[in-house]
Amino acid sequence: MTISTLTRGGAQREQQHCLRKMERVIIAMQDPDIGLKMRNQRLLITVIPHAMTGNDIMEWLIQKYNITDEEAGHLGGLLVQYGYIYPLKEPRSLILRSDDSPYRFQTPYFWTSSRWPASELDYAIYLAKKNIRKQGELVDYEKQNYNLLHKRINHTWDFVVMQAREQIRASKQRRKADRIVLECQEQAYWLVNKPCPGAFDVFDLGPERCNVLNSRVILNSSLLFFLLRISSVPNNSLSSHFLLSLSCVCSFMKFCDQYHQHDPIMSGCLPSNPWISDDTTHWTINTDLVGTPTRLRVERWSFSFMELLNDCLGRREFMTYLEKEFSGENLCFWEACEDLRHGESSKIILKVEEVYKTFLSPGAARWVNIDSKTMERTLEGIKQPHRFVMDDAQMHIYFLMKKDSYPRYLKSDLYKNMLSKAIVPQETKKSVFPFMRRQRHSSPSPAMVSQATEDNEPKYL
Amino acid sequence: CVGPIRTASLLSQREHLSLTPEMATQEVQPNETLSNLKAESDTLKTKLEDERAKLHDVELHQVAEKVDGLGQFIMKTRRTLKGHGNKVLCMDWCKDKRRIVSSSQDGKVIVWDAFTTNKEHAVTMPCTWVMACAYAPSGCAVACGGLDNKCSVYPLSLDKNENLAAKKKSVAMHTNYLSACSFTNSDMQILTSSGDGTCALWDVESGQLLQSFHGHAADVLCLDLAPSETGNTFISGGCDKKANVWDMRSGQCIQSFETHESDINSVRYYPSGDAFASGSDDATCRLYDLRADREVAIYSKESIIFGASSVDFSLSGRLLFGGYNDYTINVWDVLKGTRVSILFGHENRVSALRVSPDGTAFCSGSWDHTLRVWA
Repeated sequence: MTISTLTRGGAQREQQHCLRKMERVIIAMQDPDIGLKMRNQRLLITVIPHAMTGNDIMEWLIQKYNITDEEAGHLGGLLVQYGYIYPLKEPRSLILRSDDSPYRFQTPYFWTSSRWPASELDYAIYLAKKNIRKQGELVDYEKQNYNLLHKRINHTWDFVVMQAREQIRASKQRRKADRIVLECQEQAYWLVNKPCPGAFDVFDLGPERCNVLNSRVILNSSLLFFLLRISSVPNNSLSSHFLLSLSCVCSFMKFCDQYHQHDPIMSGCLPSNPWISDDTTHWTINTDLVGTPTRLRVERWSFSFMELLNDCLGRREFMTYLEKEFSGENLCFWEACEDLRHGESSKIILKVEEVYKTFLSPGAARWVNIDSKTMERTLEGIKQPHRFVMDDAQMHIYFLMKKDSYPRYLKSDLYKNMLSKAIVPQETKKSVFPFMRRQRHSSPSPAMVSQATEDNEPKYL
Repeated sequence: CVGPIRTASLLSQREHLSLTPEMATQEVQPNETLSNLKAESDTLKTKLEDERAKLHDVELHQVAEKVDGLGQFIMKTRRTLKGHGNKVLCMDWCKDKRRIVSSSQDGKVIVWDAFTTNKEHAVTMPCTWVMACAYAPSGCAVACGGLDNKCSVYPLSLDKNENLAAKKKSVAMHTNYLSACSFTNSDMQILTSSGDGTCALWDVESGQLLQSFHGHAADVLCLDLAPSETGNTFISGGCDKKANVWDMRSGQCIQSFETHESDINSVRYYPSGDAFASGSDDATCRLYDLRADREVAIYSKESIIFGASSVDFSLSGRLLFGGYNDYTINVWDVLKGTRVSILFGHENRVSALRVSPDGTAFCSGSWDHTLRVWA
């Protein structure tokens, strides 16, 4: 039983999830025992305490998560982008440098997750402070924001300026090192929360998700599913459940093994992968109705009946075989049923009639042999034709072909000849001049069914 | 195979609770408070998990210990498709193994020949955030939709002067955003999922609703059609953390999995159709076996903090590619549960990832406005 009480906006929830995880990393980094060793950092003439270098951060991440330099740099970079670590030199550049550039941990008060969304009032006060302290210190987009805010919350502007002045006065009473640290923290916070237009925005999230469907509490059926799962195991046969589990898991290994050679990403493809070599031979020798198929392709037809049917060439070969055995109508019937199931709604009645006339009616030209029960059911169903009315009959014929005709086809001369004739392309030797790129020829668009137009010229890059 | 339900010890607390399918949509009695029910369901769940643990389910990686490990994995960006003016949200391959359709936040849908990187068609949708797009099996049309709550089909015209938008056909209508769409075995039917919590099957020609699928308690974010012999099922994942398996004929949910800790952004069938993988905001990808009816593997690493937005298998099912919100692509060894490689390159989150129909490459779409083809 799951009771949905989802209330927070989806995008926010997703963010919070990530932010919490990042915070866990940050906390671990500051752990007195296993965390980073921090030291004092000299910034111009001031000494800033509890700082670390970019290199330190990288090293710690590499060690803790057992990852490469590149990944550590990437992860560290994200921590900086999200405002959990900020650079002391070049504060506007929120990237992680893997050298001795100094960084500090952001104080939890200013964590992205704790003060979200950023308050307009706070932002106004911050900009006002900057403006007062050093006239012209605001950069363009900050000036624009400042003016916008001035208009929008004009009614509290006196308060804003007063607060700004008060905070400046208070900060003057602090030690210089503390003051600089606080200023850096605040600046870092606003750089993340009100970024320069065009820069990375942590709050750039997708459209809102998780619209709660209705305010009623719905008892859904997951408890039911749980119980059905448990109940499917009789009390005294733990072993049969274990065996089922084991056989399922083993089947994955079998499948991966069987298809290993056929997986271009795992085993490469012959003569070469078009995306890597720019040579489309691999595609031209594997077109739908190519004259002589490749060996791998023909082998694949023996993996499962579905593989044979899914390949146009394989299906055509199978049809040829069936016709030799005078059971071609089975495959035709199956194809007609597929067409019915996946075709337009408007043609259903017509198609059902056609199928009946051609395959099922007494004395039909291509009568299919279905057992009497299924035939009865189907004929009854035809009275009110719908998309799935042939499903039972189709399934019957499908399994008939799968269990009977298909295994015999694989043992037949027709198949064996196909296999022996099949080509095994030579692997392309690596080009002597690896940097010379071949011309990438365009191909006719599938949307261009039977037209042959001048657009078929190869396009040069 | 469903035997008699073991009621005694587990349900003695609630003798009058008779479990029927109707219960699935019953309203709660007024005197039962929310927190009571939640506490009770949690207790029952824990008890059930304890019972299940006794069944000694076997984990995939344990059995796969004897399988050879994968060596060094080198995949590089082989093509970069530039042309979208904003975040790329979705992409799909054409059956010809080289063409791609992609859609973006600014409403543009582009059809590319990814091999030459040429743009072949472009459509501007009347809405922004086109979160779903799909290529028709024939290669003659594309479907797309997003914040307009609809799924529209555009026949691909070869006349360069013709405005594709003129021939647009509005097929699906939901009451919230369209999150995913897919053609079934033909150009004539489309399956859609939506932020309104439902999935639906539509007849393209007439726009008629053929079947609707109710059961998710929140936005449905993704779907995938089964490659099975009988081709009658599909899976969906949603913001309610559930992955559901549906029967297309009856509209019933026939299996449900709830082990993720956050929204499920992507679901994809294992090539044999006997299992499926999911990618979630909880930063993990998981593998569920449909016959054993349970989760059999979790793909996660402590250093991976951000959610997985999109997953797909290599042709043999040995590799699982996951596009993540931290801009990276992680490549997992499906059998052993370990990470084989991490691919950098994108400069913003990866929002879409699909392996090409013949498995020679995979394409990733990102919020950095580009698509990359990797091989």
